[in-house]
Amino acid sequence: MQNPWIYIGLFLLIGMLIPVAPLAIAAFIAPKKPNPIKQSTYECGMETVGDSWVQFKAQYYVFALVFLVFDVETVFLFPWAVSLNALPVFVLVEGIIFILILLAGLFYTWRKGMLEWA
Amino acid sequence: MIDASQVIFLLSAGLIVVSAVMVVSVRNLVHAALWLVSTLFGVAVVYAVLEASFLAVAQVVVYIGAIAIMFIFAVMLTRRDLLSKSEQTNANWVWALGLAAIVFVALAFIISGYGASLNRLPAAMPEGYDPISALGNALVSPEGFALPFEVASVLLLAALVGSVYVALNKAKE
Amino acid sequence: MNFWTDPIKVLYDWLMSLFGGWGMAEPLANTLVTLLGIVVLITIALVLDIFLVWIERKVVARFQGRLGPNRVGPFGIFQPFPDIIKLVIKEDITPDGADKVVFNIAPVLSAGSVIILWAVLPIASRIYGVDLNVAALYIIAAGALGTLSVIMAGWSSNNKYALLGAFRQVAAMISFEIPMVAMLLVPTILVGSMSLNAITQAQVDGVWFFWLSPLGSLIFAISAIAELGRSPFDLNEGESEIVSGYHIEYSGMKFGWFYAGELLHAFTFGGFMAIFFFGGWHGPWAEEYPLLGAFYFVLKALFGYWVIMWVKYTVPRIRIDHMLAFNWKFLTPLSFALLIVTATVHVLMRDAAFWLYVAAMFTSNLLLGWLTVEILRSYTREKREAVPSAAHH
Repeated sequence: MQNPWIYIGLFLLIGMLIPVAPLAIAAFIAPKKPNPIKQSTYECGMETVGDSWVQFKAQYYVFALVFLVFDVETVFLFPWAVSLNALPVFVLVEGIIFILILLAGLFYTWRKGMLEWA
Repeated sequence: MIDASQVIFLLSAGLIVVSAVMVVSVRNLVHAALWLVSTLFGVAVVYAVLEASFLAVAQVVVYIGAIAIMFIFAVMLTRRDLLSKSEQTNANWVWALGLAAIVFVALAFIISGYGASLNRLPAAMPEGYDPISALGNALVSPEGFALPFEVASVLLLAALVGSVYVALNKAKE
Repeated sequence: MNFWTDPIKVLYDWLMSLFGGWGMAEPLANTLVTLLGIVVLITIALVLDIFLVWIERKVVARFQGRLGPNRVGPFGIFQPFPDIIKLVIKEDITPDGADKVVFNIAPVLSAGSVIILWAVLPIASRIYGVDLNVAALYIIAAGALGTLSVIMAGWSSNNKYALLGAFRQVAAMISFEIPMVAMLLVPTILVGSMSLNAITQAQVDGVWFFWLSPLGSLIFAISAIAELGRSPFDLNEGESEIVSGYHIEYSGMKFGWFYAGELLHAFTFGGFMAIFFFGGWHGPWAEEYPLLGAFYFVLKALFGYWVIMWVKYTVPRIRIDHMLAFNWKFLTPLSFALLIVTATVHVLMRDAAFWLYVAAMFTSNLLLGWLTVEILRSYTREKREAVPSAAHH
């Protein structure tokens, strides 16, 4: 069988090129009359104050960390799910232990109050 | 004789190297993170060329979907004015360059030791062979990597607990 | 074999003989036909997208007791075309301080991340792009590119609202990805494969997976809505506070791609709901006549899309802390509990009679759902009773 990724690669290439086409047409036929007021940053009509690099809540980062751990976990679980049918019951227990260990991590995070948006 | 997969490999290898250099050389940290994404994507392309489907998607899901996003979140938490003024390198850059060169030469030496076996393409997968379930079997069967599979979850748990602990200490300050 | 039983093969053979007749070598002709197939598939998706604009506007109007577009063509069905012409001839404004390269890549990546989903979509029994053996994870990988495009758009606009919107959107997308992936594991366990074709095929001779995992399909629908950034999880747009979120500074066709991408994304997820839980293209005579299967598939996907719209125009937006708490303290534990239950019942009952297996699956889902509702009820009762007593002291 041919490598399916050749097809995906071509699809990716064309799928990214097709959205460019209308943008290219627009670049030719759309009017271009820039002026400083038009190009100023939009903030509901007020003059913008300060940098757009505003300080973010550290909480976003904590959620990203928790997400990362669970993301890796689910990637591990996919081969397990695929081979579950053909293997003995023992494998089921293995997967459940795997999930429970990580749920313990989620509950630890929860108990420590890191899931609060405060 | 160069075939299509070698052309794709060379292109993606070029992408990986160029964007890896950009990661460490651009000043703007968000740009560095985006160049990192392109490096990681190049690696995913290499996996795809080798028909390692699972590794290719896992690479995109974990590295681009989670780790790169986390890097960008981390960059956003820093102050911008600190970034543009600090020096990019310190006095030890010569030593670092030398060390990197030594590692490169050592790796090239080891790889060249494999000789002709590297020039051979791997055999095609037999008809009806499902690499994903083979991976699953190896990962969870007791004769395979059942214990490392469980240890991986403990490792992930440790990572989670550690990051929560660090974040807690920061919150107390 | 004729056109009605295998249209793709017939067209392929016809084109190959046509190109061969022109004296083209076979590998070259093959590549050319494949490229043509990809372009046609993407074009179909985008034409569908154009009509989704009309459907969306018509449906929202009906939900709000208005008429919606009704001037251009019958029932205003040609309204999207003037819309597109307007978007293309609009002046394209790049705001001051924007990071030009990243700013221009973001809308293309946003639309592209949705279009590439169509590569693995089994539209009918013999109509699909490619049968990928890791398709379930491929969907998530494409979603990762979408997440990246959001953060690129938000950051490069050099606008506080855009960055705030992007952060909220990304937080929502990455959070709800976990229950969604867990629910993708449910059909994977049931079939023993990540291939969407295999998952659809398994439902053709059996029962739809909705009957094996009703709770799973509900959780998948909820997390899909959040992943799409649609109401009640549309706080990335939050027009009353941050105006339009991450695409606030975009105008013309660049904005058009964010909008078109969002609609096509919603439709495609309607399609995924159909594939994973409602039998995909399966229906009467769909196996023999693929075009009929494609019709069923579009119908089911449109139903899923309609449900997403129905939710969007019915429920108000929720706050970000509620959204994240809902995901991490409720949906994620529940989806992993469901995953454990599904895997256990599946393995224990796999040798039992088929009707017994289905009954056990369905009942275990209902039991888990009932247990969840009971736990929530007792929890809220505790909370309710705690409030007045605190006020008395």
